[in-house]
Amino acid sequence: MDVSEVVSAAPILAQPKISLRGLSKVFGEGSGATVALDNVDLEVGEYSFVTLVGASGCGKSTLLRIIAGLEYHTGGEVVANGKAVAGPGADRAMVFQHYSLFPWLNVADNIRFSRKLKAHRGDFTSAEVEAASGRAETLLNLMGLKAAARAYPNQLSGGMQQRAAIARALMPRPPILLMDEPFGALDAQTREVMHDLIQYVYHLEKTTIVFVTHDVEEAIYLGQRVVVMAPRPGRIDSICTVPLPAQRTQDMKLSMEFIRLKREIVERIRETSGMKTDLELLEKLSGQLKT
Amino acid sequence: MVIRSNARPGLWSVRGPMNQRSYWLFATTGLLVPLLAWWALASAGLVSKVFMPGPVDVWVRVLTWAGEDNLLGDTLISVYRVTAGWTLSAVIALPLGLLIGTFRPVQALLEPLTDFIRYMPAVAFIPLVMLWVGIDESSKISIIFIGTFFQMVLMIAEDVRRVPVAQIEAAQTMGAGREEMLELVLLQSAKPALMDTMRITMGWAWTYLVVAEIVAANSGLGYAILRAQRYLQTDKIFAGIIIIGLIGLITDQLFRLAHRRAFPWMYRKS
Repeated sequence: MDVSEVVSAAPILAQPKISLRGLSKVFGEGSGATVALDNVDLEVGEYSFVTLVGASGCGKSTLLRIIAGLEYHTGGEVVANGKAVAGPGADRAMVFQHYSLFPWLNVADNIRFSRKLKAHRGDFTSAEVEAASGRAETLLNLMGLKAAARAYPNQLSGGMQQRAAIARALMPRPPILLMDEPFGALDAQTREVMHDLIQYVYHLEKTTIVFVTHDVEEAIYLGQRVVVMAPRPGRIDSICTVPLPAQRTQDMKLSMEFIRLKREIVERIRETSGMKTDLELLEKLSGQLKT
Repeated sequence: MVIRSNARPGLWSVRGPMNQRSYWLFATTGLLVPLLAWWALASAGLVSKVFMPGPVDVWVRVLTWAGEDNLLGDTLISVYRVTAGWTLSAVIALPLGLLIGTFRPVQALLEPLTDFIRYMPAVAFIPLVMLWVGIDESSKISIIFIGTFFQMVLMIAEDVRRVPVAQIEAAQTMGAGREEMLELVLLQSAKPALMDTMRITMGWAWTYLVVAEIVAANSGLGYAILRAQRYLQTDKIFAGIIIIGLIGLITDQLFRLAHRRAFPWMYRKS
C-alpha cells in the first residue's frame, strides 16, 4: 500500500479530540524546580492512535497524566473533548501499568465499577442498566475473560489483569482512552497477544487512544503516529507518521518500512537522551583489568 | 556421605518451607517446654511457693476462684470494660483516621497533636480521670480509651494512606467524586488492614485493663491481681495473668478467623 494513501485515509482533524498548546509543567518551586515539560504542542484527532516514546525522564507519562487530569499543568492549555481539562473525568479513561484493579472485587465487578458509580448517584434508567449489563458481558467475551469473570485480581496472571483493566476502562464507552505503559510488566509473548487485542478493540470501539511506552517496536506497531520525546527539559522531539496500513499484522514488524522507522526512532532517542554507550571508556576499563 | 536425591530446601534454609506437621511439632514444643520448665522449677523445691507457685497450685487456685470467688463475674466485667473502651475508641477513631489519611489539611491539623498525646503515659491520666469522670465504670473505660485511642487513630490513618495510588487514580478516571472515593474505594481497599488494626489494638486494650482497675474497682481480673498482691497470693496473680493471656489469645484467633471469612479474596490464590 502506498504511504500517502494511508495518510490521506486518516480522518480529517476538523476538531481534535485532544489539543495541547504551549503546554508546560514545572515540578517544585524556586531553586528545586525541574521542568518536566516545556512548550508542548500536540493535536490528536478522533479515532486515532498516537503513541508516545522517549527515554526515561522525557515527560511522556507526565504528559499523559496531564491529559487525564491526574496532574495539573503549569502553563499553556489542554483541551479534551472540547473542554479545558480541569481534573480527572469519566470522558478520559486510563489504563495503568499495574495494581489498579480493585482486589476486593471480582473481574466482572471490577468491569462494572463505573456503572456502580453511576448507580450510586442514582442517575441510571432501567434501559441503561440493561444496556450496561450487556456491555459488561460483551467486554468479558471480547477480552477473553469469560471464564475468569468471578475470579479475583490476585488469582489472575499479569496479562489477564491488564485485560480486565482495559475492559474496565472501556466499560462506559470513553471517547478517549489513555494508556500508561500498560504492557510494560508483561512478558514478550503476552505482550504480542495484547497488541493485537488492543488493535482490534481500537477499530471496534473507534476510540481515540494515546499510548505511552518505552518500547519503540510497540510504539510503531500500535500507533498511527509516533511522538518521540526528549528529556531535560521534557519536550516533543519529532512526530513520525507510521507508513503501515491501518490493520496491523505481526509480520509487518519485519518489513523494511518498519525496521527503517525503528532504527530512526531508536537513534533519535539515543541522541537526545545522551545515553550513548561510551565504547572508548569500556575499552579503557577492560584494558586496565588485563594489566 | 549421604547424597540427597531430593532438592527440597531444608527446614533451616532462609525462609525455607515448612509442612503442617513440623509446624505443629515446633509450636507445641515452644509452648510445652516453658510449661515443663516451670513445673520442674516449682516442684524441685528450690524456690519458695510465695515467689513461684507451680502449675498445679495455679490450677487449683483457678478452680477455687471459679467456685468460691466469682471468677466468671470478674472475667465478664473485665471483658465488658475492655470491649467498651476499645469500641468507644474504634467508633471515634475510624472516621477520624479515615479523614486524616485522606485529606492533608486534616492530617496537618490533627496528626502532630495525636502524635504528642500518644506519648503521654495513660497511667498518669488516672488522677485526672478520677477528677473529671469520677470513680464508676466510666472511669475504667476512659483509661482503656486513653490507652488505645490515639495509637488507633494513627494506625487507621496509615492504613488508609497505604491504599495504592493506582486504585485511587483508576477510580478518579472513572469519574469517582470525593464521597464515592471514600466510601467505594478507600474504605473498601483499607478494610482488611483496618481489621488487623482493630485486632492489634484490642490486645493493647487488654494491657490497660490492670491499670484501669486500679481506679477504685471492686471487681475484675485486674483488680483480683492487685488484691492478690496485697495478700501475697502469688498463685492467684499467676492465674489472673494466664487467664488474661488466654482471653487475648482467643480474641486474636477469632479476629483472624473473621478476617479470613470477611476477605476471601486475600486468601484465594490461583
